[in-house]
Amino acid sequence: MVSEKDVQHIAELADVGISSGELGTFTHQFNQILEYFDQLDAVKGDAAAIKDLYNVLREDEIEPSLPQEEVLRNAPAKEDGFIKAPRVM
Amino acid sequence: MAETDVIIGLEVHCQLDTKSKLFCGCDTDYRSDGPNTHVCPICLGLPGAMPSLNKRAIEYAMRVAKALNCTVIPESEFSRKNYFYPDLDKAYQITQYDKPLAEGGYLEIESDEGGERKIRLTRIHVEEDPGRLVHMGNVERGKYSLVDYNRAGIPLIEIVSEPDLRSPKEARKFLNKLRATLEYLNVFDSDKEGSLRVDANISIVGSERVEVKNITSYKGVEKALTFEITRQKNVLRRGQRVDRETRHFLESRGVTQSARSKELENDYRYFPEPDLRPLHVQSWVKDIVLPELPDARRERFMAQYGCSLNHARTLTGELKLANFFETVVSSDPKGLSTLAATWIADTLIGELNYRDMHLDPVDPESFTGLVHLLKAGTITDKSGVEVLRVMLDQRLKNETREIPAAIVARLNLAKTAGDTGAVTTAIEEAITENPKALEDYRAGKAGALNFLVGQVMKKTRGKADPGELNRMLIEALRKREA
Amino acid sequence: MAEKSIVFEPEDRYNAFLTVCNKPPHTDGKLAGIAVAVKDNISTRGIETTCASRILKGYVPPYDAHVVGLLRKSGAAIAGKTNMDEFGMGTTTENSAFGPTLNPCDTGRVPGGSSGGSAAAIAAGMVRMALGTDTGGSIRCPAAFCGITGLKPSYGRVSRYGLIAYANSLEQIGPMGKTVTDVSTLMEVIAGYDRHDSTSHNKPYTHTPKADIKGLKIGIPAEYFGPGVDPAVAGVVKKAIGRLEELGATTVPCSIPSMEYALAAYYVTCTCEASSNLARFDGVRYGPAADTKKQWHDAYQEVRRAGFGTEVRRRIMLGTFALTSGYYGKYYAKAQVARENVRKDFQRIFDGVDVIAGPTMPTVAFKLGEKSDPLSMYLADILTVPANLAGIPAISVPCGKADGMPVGLQIMGRHFDDERVVDVAYAYEQAVI
Repeated sequence: MVSEKDVQHIAELADVGISSGELGTFTHQFNQILEYFDQLDAVKGDAAAIKDLYNVLREDEIEPSLPQEEVLRNAPAKEDGFIKAPRVM
Repeated sequence: MAETDVIIGLEVHCQLDTKSKLFCGCDTDYRSDGPNTHVCPICLGLPGAMPSLNKRAIEYAMRVAKALNCTVIPESEFSRKNYFYPDLDKAYQITQYDKPLAEGGYLEIESDEGGERKIRLTRIHVEEDPGRLVHMGNVERGKYSLVDYNRAGIPLIEIVSEPDLRSPKEARKFLNKLRATLEYLNVFDSDKEGSLRVDANISIVGSERVEVKNITSYKGVEKALTFEITRQKNVLRRGQRVDRETRHFLESRGVTQSARSKELENDYRYFPEPDLRPLHVQSWVKDIVLPELPDARRERFMAQYGCSLNHARTLTGELKLANFFETVVSSDPKGLSTLAATWIADTLIGELNYRDMHLDPVDPESFTGLVHLLKAGTITDKSGVEVLRVMLDQRLKNETREIPAAIVARLNLAKTAGDTGAVTTAIEEAITENPKALEDYRAGKAGALNFLVGQVMKKTRGKADPGELNRMLIEALRKREA
Repeated sequence: MAEKSIVFEPEDRYNAFLTVCNKPPHTDGKLAGIAVAVKDNISTRGIETTCASRILKGYVPPYDAHVVGLLRKSGAAIAGKTNMDEFGMGTTTENSAFGPTLNPCDTGRVPGGSSGGSAAAIAAGMVRMALGTDTGGSIRCPAAFCGITGLKPSYGRVSRYGLIAYANSLEQIGPMGKTVTDVSTLMEVIAGYDRHDSTSHNKPYTHTPKADIKGLKIGIPAEYFGPGVDPAVAGVVKKAIGRLEELGATTVPCSIPSMEYALAAYYVTCTCEASSNLARFDGVRYGPAADTKKQWHDAYQEVRRAGFGTEVRRRIMLGTFALTSGYYGKYYAKAQVARENVRKDFQRIFDGVDVIAGPTMPTVAFKLGEKSDPLSMYLADILTVPANLAGIPAISVPCGKADGMPVGLQIMGRHFDDERVVDVAYAYEQAVI
């Protein structure tokens, strides 16, 4: 069982932003789903992950990069070839 | 002096010197190019792009693992380390978490008390570098960040030591030895700016552990740790407790500063990278041929060239320096080694450091020329230093380079070996001008002779042969009437 | 020489397309001049690619997905980008930020999801073929609901490079079409090794569908005809399987006990991977702008609250929660064990049979707005997710109607046995033409 406070904390950890109006419904649905997930507790067996491929490697060769304009084209904010981002503390 | 109550562990990140990035084909030689010019959909983290692992990066990392006596594990895997930061364009770093490439191992360093100490390693793994953040703006215009993703995806090797280090000095030695080893293995270029970064963990025995991040130079490591030890000891002296925290090192001020405690709250939510497949490379280890490593080269220098332990240590401490030495003496190892070792280890290094200059512009041939002149007795040591300084300045300032013999001729530095007249005159003048020295000499006072030698050297502009001068001066003093 | 192009001006009454290319160019090749629609989570160079999300509005990829490059080389004319559930998260295409797609068979109903746009475009006759993606049934479900054919290839058979990731270990790009032949032809173009996709296998697909299934052994799992399946749907599918028996196949009852945990394993896995895949959307390198006057954390959260729909935020949070330390072993690690159990169950069954058959979906298409509760929506995937968990190929081919709406027959096969799965679908299709 997770509380509204827990859900608020998870929303912050994931930085998805739920509004206070959504919190109640979200928490209720969250708990329903987590209860469903809890079925997995009863699963028996060894962790599989028999991976089908190993040592998938590439030779150390240079390939063309994107031109700077292409890199910047979708960026909403740029300056002198750099991409602009909100400040970090 | 190692303090028995200090515990230090290091996490060292080094950029591997591959041609292309860890997960894409972008050229890794980005430093002299504009921002965001060495970027592709993969290292920019565009939606839909997928990583493709560089074989050479793994080979290089395995070379390091073998050289450091680590065990490469049978199945190694990449994981995602999830956190949000503008320089991390996928919002996760592809790294290795619970299945690193190699575990265990050790590095031997010269301990503070002399002798060798084994510093144990915990693990070695491979990961990608994030981009680079530049902080801009001010309070009036508003602050923001500018990001350059050229560095994003550069392959890094992370080497983690056990907390076996006992002093900032030992930490610096560890770092230097590690750097030299990586250079010798030809997987790392220490001249590249920012190619090595260190995080340190330090505690006073019985007290909490503090992590210090953002140390980017070798000297910085010693400074940061020294500051931390002092800071922590002061806290304890005041009867308070040391907080378990992460601090950043501010190189320009030589201090560490508490980072926001939010860093500690970061839950990285590691899980195996689903777009990559595991590595089964334990079987590759036996086929790796290691080149001669620093310790072996040091022993060889002592045996083959007759170097002293100290000289051998200094000369083999950097790959380029060791190669330089061997090239300089190659035409006549027996005749040149002793002189070359002294002049490189004791003089050249100092002169380079003073000028903040790399070894690269100094061609070994010209240095050999200088050594020959010294060996032949054509110039005194003092003159030799002068010639060396001219040579270095010419290279530093990009001026025309003269061969050593030309410098000697131009500056008239040849020893006055045949010109005893000038020396005799200088000696007579020196004694006459300094009657007290003569008295002191007769009274048996130490230093009187050296004082007079100095005076004569001044007059002859250092060109008098010291051995000859000593003999002549003593003779002259004896001849003076009491 | 002038570049060739076709004219593509469909009457899109179903909101199947998000972007239409009116004069798409094309070269020569196997698909020369054929209009092919591409689901909007597959990167197309120079054409807006949004994953039906506001957070990618305006994003124009500077590169093609590997399969798009193959399409272009084969002469196909890329006709446009189709609507979908946002980031592939949904079973009805109602989770699109740009309005739902309507089912051409009944515009009051959903077309299925998440590749609803591609399915509707084919069902309405706007295009013959389209690319979809299938993470937990997202090709097969809309194929079943709209009465067309769709194949989820074996995992690793079709490159994912350029597919905007939702759940990397589960999803595949696959062909959708009116007929099994069209699906098979499109599969020939897109299947095969790609060095840019480290999970890709060297298994090209070169196959002409064959209708001969004499001696074929078909497994009929009890769980696919249990209480959760609408009896009308079950009846139609049983009849279809009867047709296969008339063609010379024999049926063998079987059971997949691990199916009990399949849905939980699926949703844990995909939400965990999605929470990581979607973290990069921060309004800095693409998408609607982050406010650079704000501090990073605040700006980031603001962009995502405005840009992601409710279901996407819910799944990101579920995945974030399940991966936090302390819970990894309980959820993600356990889910992988459950997956392996599913894979082993299939392997065991395929020792005795060649393919497995059953309904694609437990019901016919729902009415628009009918399913509002997330958990009940998730439960609709119960028959499709096992194939994704095990990585095996699965096709849905139309096999009749129930309550006036199409029903899909699902055929599943061994890993990399896509050809056989296509053949069985083809045999059925040819028998009822």
